[in-house]
Amino acid sequence: MTHHDLGHRDFEALEQAFREALIGRGVLTDADVNERAELMYSRTPALGARVVARAWFDPAFKARLLADGSAAVRELGIEVGSLRLVVVADEEKVHNLIVCTLCSCYPRMLLGIPPDWYKSIAYRSRAVREPRSVLVEFGLTLPDDVAVRVHDSTADMRYLVLPLRPAGTDELDEAACAALVSRDAMIGVALPRAPG
Amino acid sequence: MSPRFAPGDRVRVAEREVAGHVRTPLYIRGKPGVIERICGAFRNPEQLAYGEWDGPAVPLYRVRFQLGDVWPSAEATRDTLDVEIYEHWLSSEPFEHRLESKPA
Repeated sequence: MTHHDLGHRDFEALEQAFREALIGRGVLTDADVNERAELMYSRTPALGARVVARAWFDPAFKARLLADGSAAVRELGIEVGSLRLVVVADEEKVHNLIVCTLCSCYPRMLLGIPPDWYKSIAYRSRAVREPRSVLVEFGLTLPDDVAVRVHDSTADMRYLVLPLRPAGTDELDEAACAALVSRDAMIGVALPRAPG
Repeated sequence: MSPRFAPGDRVRVAEREVAGHVRTPLYIRGKPGVIERICGAFRNPEQLAYGEWDGPAVPLYRVRFQLGDVWPSAEATRDTLDVEIYEHWLSSEPFEHRLESKPA
């Protein structure tokens, strides 16, 4: 049996047994586990959206964000721990897409807990092989002259897509623009849309 | 350990099969690509996973592959795929195969 054959409940049982063993041996405390869980639940895509909107409004920040993602995000007061962030910017003729084919690596400090589909075998195996078909299934059909760049998070880096600012948002302020940036847009399976 | 490769260098991923915790996906082994950037140096997960905490840090690269080089049946062969690969999985490709343009 491989780990792919294990169901949700098997993982729950494994996690519980492992956690209880670590706590029993004094490696961790209940408080450590709760603190970590609370940190994870406090992280939502709104954090990533703030970063994206800042980059839309401040070209110098955008340049720093692309050069060193983690350092730039800390400028905004977002603590990201040991995260090594690589931000990949969409261009008029370039669309970026993030996947982790080996497991479920994801910029959790900026987007929170990944959606279930991100961890599915189907997404993980198809995103690197037929990204355009996968995007169509998410409702995003790219023109032929837009190149797709897929990024497989296989090791120590974590990725965030910086989508293009949609047309028709000139009147919006930074906070209103951030509200247009969805989790899926920062993974690369959707685009931000102007309101209305 | 200073990095052996620089952005724009042509490389090929080793074809070898290794048991254990390996972060080089099977689908990319044996494929040619171009160094997109140097990510820094990190402890080797192939050792870390087995409790060898004090091994040397290994240079890690992002390597860019043409989708058509990875999957002959790719939908759009000029689309690209960037994968993080540790230096010990990479070898140089001959200079004459160097691509015209370096990735941005």
